[in-house]
Amino acid sequence: MTGERVTVTAYPDGPLLVRGDADILDADGHRVPRTRRTVALCRCGLSTIKPYCDGTHKAAGFRTDE
Amino acid sequence: MPSVPPTLSSPHPPLLDDDDVAALPFRPRGPVSAAVLAHLVDGTATAHTALADRAVLASVDIERDDDLQLALFALYASAYGAFPAFLADLEWDPSLIATRRVIETAFERSLRNSVTVPELPSPTADAVARALFDLTGADGGPSLSRYLARKATLDQAHEFLVQRTVYTLREADPHSWAIPRLTGRPKAALVEIQSDEYGGGRPDRVHATLFARAVRGAGLSDAYGAYIDDVPAVTLASHNTMSMFGLNRRLLGAIVGHLAAFEMTSSIPNRMYAEGLRRLGFGDDVCEYFDEHVEADAVHEQIAGRDLAGALAEDHPELLADIVFGAAACLEVDDRVGRHMLDAWSREESSLRAEDAR
Repeated sequence: MTGERVTVTAYPDGPLLVRGDADILDADGHRVPRTRRTVALCRCGLSTIKPYCDGTHKAAGFRTDE
Repeated sequence: MPSVPPTLSSPHPPLLDDDDVAALPFRPRGPVSAAVLAHLVDGTATAHTALADRAVLASVDIERDDDLQLALFALYASAYGAFPAFLADLEWDPSLIATRRVIETAFERSLRNSVTVPELPSPTADAVARALFDLTGADGGPSLSRYLARKATLDQAHEFLVQRTVYTLREADPHSWAIPRLTGRPKAALVEIQSDEYGGGRPDRVHATLFARAVRGAGLSDAYGAYIDDVPAVTLASHNTMSMFGLNRRLLGAIVGHLAAFEMTSSIPNRMYAEGLRRLGFGDDVCEYFDEHVEADAVHEQIAGRDLAGALAEDHPELLADIVFGAAACLEVDDRVGRHMLDAWSREESSLRAEDAR
């Protein structure tokens, strides 16, 4: 999918879904292992598998403005 | 690796006689399932439709009826191709389809009566996604996943894996039947989810394959159907619910709602299952399947709620009621399986069928 534009979609009260050929880098610039085409990035700060979402935002009552 | 409880270490070998039904890894539970299995295996028509007609009238609760749920499971297994002993030519046999319809009609009617459906949201993707998250987020009482995480014994963990084999060794297949029946946004969303379920092009990442590895790692058999004799009717009914929704085009809304609810009740429980399995000493080979679902289903639940169920309701508002029904039915039938296990364990009994009940 090289050349395809990457999209980042905000899901209300939930994570950001990344679709497309994007590298996800940690603070040191190292690639975070990515094992699926579409990944969900934590937006509430409570995930146990950051930067990815683990669904914890639901139990925590996390709300966004969308 | 923790040792395997002796009751589960050797699934029933096929019986060694001339009966072809013996080639199956499980046995009938009454007259309807006996007649259906005999027909599916040796091709000789039996009187199963008349037997099914009688049995659905006589059944006290079809959702917990061992004979009828096993017969329906076998009829669906014929469509999935789950057992080589079932003759492929019989997939569309009119009398087997007639029997399937008899049981399905009664089963669907029963589910529509027993499942509590919340007030319908407006048919927009946003409102439907929010309503499904609300429905699936409501506290369902005692939690199987919390019990597994903190209290379950090794035997109980093995039972949990055994109960899961019916669906999870064929994970995702029931919902795939919906793909050709959808168009546009909901179709793309379902394929996006299913592609991930099927490993995204990598056979070793197929979720059913990860689960097979987990089951083997726990010392159990990953042969499909090896534990059918062990699981109660509620476990078969949970699988039959999704097969019925998936295989019937008129229930398209219900299978979509089912998947949304299934994904929305998966990430956090899977984290707890992994925690419990590690507490009991299982290794990564067993826990990887559960770890994988924490991340995967946090993605899938968003797509399923908004892009699949939500978009389908927008495109086809006439399917909204069934989308919500399918979600509520998923929660109800799966809750029954969970409660069955917790109830049995609270009495210090096995959740599996006793030898003398067979």
